[in-house]
Amino acid sequence: MSTLKKIMTSTAIASAMLASPALAADETRIALVVKALGIGFFEAAAKGAEEAAAELGDVELIYTGPTDTTAEGQIEVINALIAQNVDAIAISANDTDALVPVLKKAMSRGITVVSWDSGVAPEGRQLHLNPSSNPLIGNMIIKLAADHLPDGGDVAILSATTTSTNQNTWIEEMNKVKDNYAGINVVGTVYGDDLADKSYREATGLMQTYPELDAIIAPTSVGIVAAAQAVVDAGKVGQVNVTGLGLPSEMAGAIESGASKSFAIWNPIDLGYSATMLAYEIAKNGAKPEPGATISMGRMGTLELDEKSEGAMADPFVYDATNIDEFKSIF
Amino acid sequence: MTQTNINTRHIPDRLHSRSYRALRSWETLLLTVAIVVFVINSFASPYFLNAWSLSDATFNFTEKAMIAFAMALLIIAGEIDLSVASIIALASTAMGFAVQHGAGTPELIMIGLTVGLLCGAFNAVFVTILGLPSIVVTIGSMSLFRGISFIILGDGAFRGYPADFAWFGQGYIYWVFTVEIAIFALIAVIYFVLLHKTNFGRAVYAIGNNPTGALFSGIRVQRVKFILFLLTGLMSGVAAICLTSRLGSTRPSIALGMELEVVTMVVLGGVNILGGSGSIHGVVIAAFVMGLVTFGLGLLNVPGIVMSIFIGLLLIGVIALPRVWAMFVAKRNTP
Repeated sequence: MSTLKKIMTSTAIASAMLASPALAADETRIALVVKALGIGFFEAAAKGAEEAAAELGDVELIYTGPTDTTAEGQIEVINALIAQNVDAIAISANDTDALVPVLKKAMSRGITVVSWDSGVAPEGRQLHLNPSSNPLIGNMIIKLAADHLPDGGDVAILSATTTSTNQNTWIEEMNKVKDNYAGINVVGTVYGDDLADKSYREATGLMQTYPELDAIIAPTSVGIVAAAQAVVDAGKVGQVNVTGLGLPSEMAGAIESGASKSFAIWNPIDLGYSATMLAYEIAKNGAKPEPGATISMGRMGTLELDEKSEGAMADPFVYDATNIDEFKSIF
Repeated sequence: MTQTNINTRHIPDRLHSRSYRALRSWETLLLTVAIVVFVINSFASPYFLNAWSLSDATFNFTEKAMIAFAMALLIIAGEIDLSVASIIALASTAMGFAVQHGAGTPELIMIGLTVGLLCGAFNAVFVTILGLPSIVVTIGSMSLFRGISFIILGDGAFRGYPADFAWFGQGYIYWVFTVEIAIFALIAVIYFVLLHKTNFGRAVYAIGNNPTGALFSGIRVQRVKFILFLLTGLMSGVAAICLTSRLGSTRPSIALGMELEVVTMVVLGGVNILGGSGSIHGVVIAAFVMGLVTFGLGLLNVPGIVMSIFIGLLLIGVIALPRVWAMFVAKRNTP
């Protein structure tokens, strides 16, 4: 049994070390819950949240999330946060509906719940912070492709999963405005499930299925990198332009190689910052998140809530060869 | 080297006493692990020892454990069903579809259980009647069942479950005791009796140890296996009802990857992955260990990836430990 004891002792020590951040009594404890850990975008958001916490001073930030992007995983995380009796939960949801019961439970125990980035149905949160507005993003992704195709051309979409709330909304909005871009044909949509290898295969498949393809729009930070790599490997740099939504750090190589001429993203640092500020305003300063209300987001100004208690933070920002070097080290 | 090496072999003249064997058993080791994890968690987080927290924590394993009991019997009999999570998806989709057409809670339960049974029967036909390997059949049906859900739902979701349907996944029997933990306990007792106290249970062990021998002993091997697949399907149906009720909605990605967690739970519970041995109480303790470890680490806000590492190490550690111990003892006994 001595081996077992040794293992257990080391586990105990490891656990104790993990538990070491001391609990300060008066601090407002805000949990930033993301879709899954280890995704560049959310790491950047956490950086913004830390910035907000430092600015506010009396905030203890808990950055957490499941290993893979499942609603069940997030529910386990939220149950653990409820048990810790945190003051606020700011969540980017893996599922609009499935998280509602557990978040309702959180709210019934006095925890402030705001969603950001990927939203929760209205009954499961107090407000939702959109990084930008969906029509603006939908327009932006096709505009990015059209800007480099003055004579028109065929474009295809490489999305995340078929159930990704964000991607589906943007593609829907894009389809509404695509007729404004004369000569641009959207020939198909494929799903890479936000997995690098699957996205790569799907992008390669697109180029084989549509030999005349001019652009791939990937409104996902995983898909766009994989698609750019697929274009480079297929020797189609200059023929197929990869665009959509991506992270500057991950896309710097693609901009340099020419596989991508430009792409857009809002600033995830600002997003995490704003979500934390909003959670603090509601939990600590008693701001009322009702339709029509205006709530402060620190240096990002104020958020105006619409009839569904949603608000948009800012416009998406375009990155290209002129500014990529400046941003690639940030996120 | 002229010296003759004489291998001395220790042949016991009697078995160890019943209590000594119980003390040395896998279940005892696992129970010790569970208690140690519980104590560590109590010290590591001030929030752990709270009735409501622990009640919430049970959701981490109840649904998986319901399937794990049926899976344990299947694995003991030398088969496996990897399609269980997909059966949940299909059963949940069927229930969601029925809700859109005005089904009430009793109908939903019937539908959930029936779809589970049908999926189990589908696997059973291919394995027992056509004689195909269960791992191949169920990898196929894993894609098939979830594929059907994806075709029906696409990127949509079924919502609007009746209010009283929420009782299964969100209700409480008494104080902090959830409906799910009650169902879990009931199923555990049923499977304990089935495996350890009935002829059927003996037949399951016999098949796992030696299918041919079992057949020549008069056991209807294929029929027993058929029933085991039906039971696994049925339990997936029960889990589908609980999970759907808890989430209050259905998406085709529901319970994605759960089959591996179920198999992990079964193996951690001391069931031999090659069949022939294992116990229900082992699986019960394994369920609690997994639930306590994930919840305890969650309370410390340990990132999920570290949690997976812990579960992986726990599994390998608990499986390797008795083997290492046996080698150690063997070495010590060698002159």
